[in-house]
Amino acid sequence: MTDMFKGYRGEALAALKKFNVRVWSDARIKTTRGDFNGIILPRSETDDDKHIVLKLITGYNVGITISTITDMDECGYKEAHYKIPEKEFPFSEDKPNVKLFGTGGTIASRLDYRTGAVIPAFSPGELYGAVPELADICNLTTEKLFAVFSENMGPQQYLTLARNIGKEIENGIDGIIVGHGTDTMHHTAAALSYMIQDPPVPIVLVGSQRSSDRPSSDAALNLMHAAKAAAESDIAEVQVCMFGPTSDKYGLLHRGTRVRKMHSSYRSTFRTIGDRPLAMIDRETIKPIRQDYNRRRKDRKATVLPYFEERVALVYYYPNMHPDIIDSLVDNGYRGIIIAGTGLGHVNKPVYPAIERAAKAGVAMYMTVQTLWGYVHMFVYDTGRDLMSLGLIPTENMLPEVAYIKLGWALGQTDDINEVRKLMLTPIAGDITEREPYDGYLIFQGGVPEIREFIKTIYK
Amino acid sequence: MSEDFNPGENYKESLQLIGYIPRDEARQEVYTNLGFKCGLEIHQQLKTAKKLFCRCPAGLYQDGDDFDAELIRHMRPTLSELGEYDGTALMEFRTRKNIIYRIKDESACTYDIDDTPPFPINREALDITIEVALLLKANIVGELHITRKQYLDGSIPTGFQRTAIVGIEGDIPLSNKKVRMIQISIEEDSCREVSDKGHFRTYTTDRLGIPLMEMVTYPDMKTPDEAAEAGQYLRFLARSTGKMRTGIGAGREDVNVSITGGERVEIKGVAHIKWIPELTHNEAFRQKALLEIKRIISKRVNNPNQWKINSIQLNQNNIASGSGTYREARNRKSNLIAVNLPQFEGILSFFTQPGKMFATELSDRLKVIACLERPNMTHSEAFLADDEIDPLGNEEWKNVKKLLHAKEGDAQIVFWAPDDDIKTALETIEERCLLAFEGVPNETRKSFPDGTTIFERVLPGADRMYPDTDSAPISIDDDQIEKIRENLPDPVDSRLASLRKWRVPEDTYHYLLKRNLVWIIQKIVDDFKVSPKFIGTLFGHDLRHIETRIVPAAQFSYYTIYGLFKFLDNRKLDIAIAREILPELYAHPKMVFDSVLTTIGYKKHSRNDILSNVPALRKKFAEIRTSSESRAEIDWIMGNLRKIAIGNIPLSELSTSIGEEINRD
Repeated sequence: MTDMFKGYRGEALAALKKFNVRVWSDARIKTTRGDFNGIILPRSETDDDKHIVLKLITGYNVGITISTITDMDECGYKEAHYKIPEKEFPFSEDKPNVKLFGTGGTIASRLDYRTGAVIPAFSPGELYGAVPELADICNLTTEKLFAVFSENMGPQQYLTLARNIGKEIENGIDGIIVGHGTDTMHHTAAALSYMIQDPPVPIVLVGSQRSSDRPSSDAALNLMHAAKAAAESDIAEVQVCMFGPTSDKYGLLHRGTRVRKMHSSYRSTFRTIGDRPLAMIDRETIKPIRQDYNRRRKDRKATVLPYFEERVALVYYYPNMHPDIIDSLVDNGYRGIIIAGTGLGHVNKPVYPAIERAAKAGVAMYMTVQTLWGYVHMFVYDTGRDLMSLGLIPTENMLPEVAYIKLGWALGQTDDINEVRKLMLTPIAGDITEREPYDGYLIFQGGVPEIREFIKTIYK
Repeated sequence: MSEDFNPGENYKESLQLIGYIPRDEARQEVYTNLGFKCGLEIHQQLKTAKKLFCRCPAGLYQDGDDFDAELIRHMRPTLSELGEYDGTALMEFRTRKNIIYRIKDESACTYDIDDTPPFPINREALDITIEVALLLKANIVGELHITRKQYLDGSIPTGFQRTAIVGIEGDIPLSNKKVRMIQISIEEDSCREVSDKGHFRTYTTDRLGIPLMEMVTYPDMKTPDEAAEAGQYLRFLARSTGKMRTGIGAGREDVNVSITGGERVEIKGVAHIKWIPELTHNEAFRQKALLEIKRIISKRVNNPNQWKINSIQLNQNNIASGSGTYREARNRKSNLIAVNLPQFEGILSFFTQPGKMFATELSDRLKVIACLERPNMTHSEAFLADDEIDPLGNEEWKNVKKLLHAKEGDAQIVFWAPDDDIKTALETIEERCLLAFEGVPNETRKSFPDGTTIFERVLPGADRMYPDTDSAPISIDDDQIEKIRENLPDPVDSRLASLRKWRVPEDTYHYLLKRNLVWIIQKIVDDFKVSPKFIGTLFGHDLRHIETRIVPAAQFSYYTIYGLFKFLDNRKLDIAIAREILPELYAHPKMVFDSVLTTIGYKKHSRNDILSNVPALRKKFAEIRTSSESRAEIDWIMGNLRKIAIGNIPLSELSTSIGEEINRD
C-alpha cells in the first residue's frame, strides 16, 4: 500500500487515491492549466503535499498542483528497478592487493534518473563498472562496514574501522582505502592515526566534493589517486587523499593529524595546516614532498589501540563567553575539554573560576588555537600564565579537532590525569611538530596584484 | 580504383541521382516529395541583472584572451539507465579532451566553476519565462523541477545544464497554419568556446549561467520557409515582452530536420533565422544522399556485420618523401596511416552537401572524435580543390593499394595522426562507414554561414536528464500566474492584424516587431488620437532610416517618441512636425523637446498669419508659372509655406485652405 504511493502524503496522497493512480503509472492528468501526460514519480518526503511529480516523455520532471487537477487516469504502468551493473573485477598476480572499507559516503554512484536517488556503487564489480581504471592499479576487494553520513561518524565507527584495518594488515593486505564523506574526514583521519600506529602499509581516506553522478565529479580521480597511493606508495601512514587544486591536475596526500577541510564546497578543500603535505599524486607518479614519513614495510605489525572516551568536548571560545558553559560540561560529567582559544591561546577572565573548578573536578583541559595556524604560546602574556596555573595545558600546534580526538583516545585508555598529559604532549604521527616551515602558512590574499599575476600562470 | 573511375564525374552523377536542386529553384513539391519535416528550438537570453543560479552580473563579456585565472577539467561519462554509457557520452570520453576554463572576476564566481552549489533560482528570469509561456498559450506547470541535462563537451563546467520546464504544449499561428509547441523551459546558458585544437578545448565562463529560455516546437514545418517564418514569429513573440537580451549571440536556434526514411538531425547554434532555409534545405538533401549511399552500399555488401577496414602504417619507402602529404605528417610528428574501405568506390566522392562529399563526413569525425586537426586525411577520390591538401599521385595510390591488398571497387584513405590517436581514428572511420549501411546517423551538427553543416556530436537521448539534487522544487501558484497575465503584451498575431488594419506599409512589419515598437505606436494612437498609419510609418520608415545613418550621442530609448507626442499634444502642435524633430531627437536623446524645436527652426505662427502670405505668393507664382493647372499653383505655394506651417497647422488643411483661396477667384 505504502509503496503504491511512494513518498506522497496529505492532499497529494488523497488525490492519487481518489483517482486510483499509482506511482510509476503512465498517467493522463487534466488540470485547469491544461493536460499533462507522463509517468508519476515517487516524491521526496521532505517536499510539500500540494503537488505530484510527473516525468514527461522528454525526460524532464514537472510538478502538477493538486488543486488544479480535474481528472486523472492511469493508462500504463512502468515500475523501474535499478541496479548498478556489475562487471567482475579482474585479478592479476602482479598487482598489489588493496582493501576498500566503506563507511557510507558514496564514492562511486549513479543517479536513479527517475527519482533522483543516488544509488551507491560499492562492490568491486560495481566500482569496476564505474571506474574501470582501478583495475590497472590494483586488485580490489571491498567491505561495507556501516552506512552513515559523514556527520554521523563517531567513536563507535572509529573503533570498528581501526579493528578491521588492523585485521587486514595482519592478513597481509598491501594497502587500505577508506571511503568517507568529506565533512568529518579529518576527524576520522586523526582517530585512525592514534588508533593504528606505525602501520606497515598506507591507509588512505578518500571522498569526493562533487558527487560521482556528475560528469565533472572529482570522485573517480580521487579514487584512482587513493588506489595508487594505497597500492604503490612508500608512505605507510594514515593519510587523506583529495584534490590539490580545483583543476583536474593532481591530488595531495595529507598527514591524518595535520589535515583539515577548509571550504564548504571547493574540490581543493583539504589542506595540511601549519606544515607541508606528504606528497603530490597523479595517475602516473607519486612525488613525496617530505622525507620524514613512515616507510612501507614487509612485516604485518601495526599497533592497534582502539580506545575512545566519549565525554570530551571541544569548546570554541568567543568574547563574552560565560563560565556556565564550562560549568555545565563539568556538571554533565565530561572528563576532558579542548578549548580553541583566541590568538596565542586565550580566554577572558570571567571564565577563569570555571576552569579552576573543572581542574579541581579532575577534568583534563587543553588549549589549542582557533587561528588554526601557529602554536599556543601561553607564556607571552600574564593571562596565559594564569590559565596554565589554573590547570589548562597548551598543546603546541595541535589542531583543535585533532586535540579533541586525541584527548578522547587518551582518556579512553586511562583515568590517570598525568598519564593522559603524557599521551597528549607526546607527538604522535606528526600531530605536534617542532618546527613550522616558512611555507607552512600560505593563504594567498586575493586581489593583491602579484597574487593575481601568479594565479594567472597556473591552473587554479 | 577501377581504371575508368572518375571522382569528379561520380560527384556530378550523385547530385543527379538524388535530384539535388538549389534552394532558389526548389518548389513546395520538392519538400513534399522528400518528406521534409522541421522543428525548432529557439534559445533566447533574458534581460536580467544577474545570472540564473548565482549572483554574478549577466551580460558582461570578455575577449577570449582576457582572463584572471584558468582551470582544467575532464568530463567523465556517468552510467546511463542500462548500465551503459550513452552514445554521446562515450564519444565525448573517447575524445579525451582537456577542458580549460578561463574565468574573469567580473563575470564568474565559484558557482560558475562548479565549486559551489547553486543559489535559489533568479525569480525575475522565471517570471519572464512564465510570461512567454502564457503568450505561447502553454500549460504552466504547478511546480518547477530543476533538471540536469548532461553535456560532456565541457561547455558547462558541472557537466550538465540546469534546466526546468515552465510550460508544455501551446501553439503559434503562421500565415497558413498553426505550429504546435512542445515545451518552454528556463535554463542556464553555456560557456563560449575560445578554441578547440587537438586535445585541448578552451572556454570562457562569461556567458555561462545567463538566464536562457528555450521554446521548442513540434516538427510541424514542412518547408524551409515555414521554418524561418516560425522562427521569426517566436522571436517577435519573445521580443514583445521587452525583456529579452539583444545583440550577437543573445538569440540562437537549434533546428531539427528529417526526411522520409532519414533521422532527426539537430543543427545547433544557428545564429540567424535567415540562415534556416538554406541550412534545412541542404540537410534534407544530405539525408537524401546518405539514404542513396545506403541503398548502393547495401546492394554491394551482403553482410555489413562482416564489413571491416584494414590499415597499414606508411613510411618514406611507401610514399615519396617529397610528397606534401608525407611532409604534412612529418611536420606534425604524426604517423601516416593508410586504410582500405572494401567496396566503397564511388561512395567517398558521393555528394552530401554543396562542395562536400561522403569523405568529408569521415574527416569531420576524425577532427571531433579523434582530435585530428584538419587537414587530417586525403583519399583515393579526392578531386575538389578545397577538399584536402596535396593528394597523393597515381603511382603512390597504386603503391598504397598494393600494400593494403586492396581489390577492384575498394576505396582508400590516408590520414595522419599521433601515436595515441591512431586507434580512435581507425575506430572512428570504421564506425562511420558502418553507419552508412544504416543511412542517416542521429547527429548534432554545427552550422556555417554558407548553409552547410559539420558533425558536432552524436545526438543524445532523453536518458541524459536527471533531477537536480541540489535544488528543491519551486511551486508556481495561480496568483503568480494571474499577476503576470494581467500585464501580458498583445499577441504577435493581433499586433500584425492591427498593423494591417491601420494600413501601415507592410515593409515595416519586420522592423516594428523585431524592435518591439507596436505597443508604443498603439499607446501613442490611443492616448493622443492621432493617425496610426502616420505613427506606424514614422517608426517603420523614418526611424529605421535614421538609425542607419545617425549615431546617437547617448542611448536612444524608443519610448522617447511617446514623450515627443505627449509634448506635441500639450503644445497643440501638429504631428507632422514629428518627422522634422525625429532625426534631431535621435541624434541628441538628452536634449529637451523645446530645444529641439528651436534647433529645427520652428516658430509659432497662427493660421491667419500663414495664410496671409498667400496673396503675395500667388502674385509671384503668376510671374513664374509654367503650368496652368491650379494643382501646380497650390503645390508651389505649399512648398513655400511648409516650413512656417509645419507644426502649426496640418498640411492637408493648409492645402485645402490655399485651394479655397485660389478657387475663390
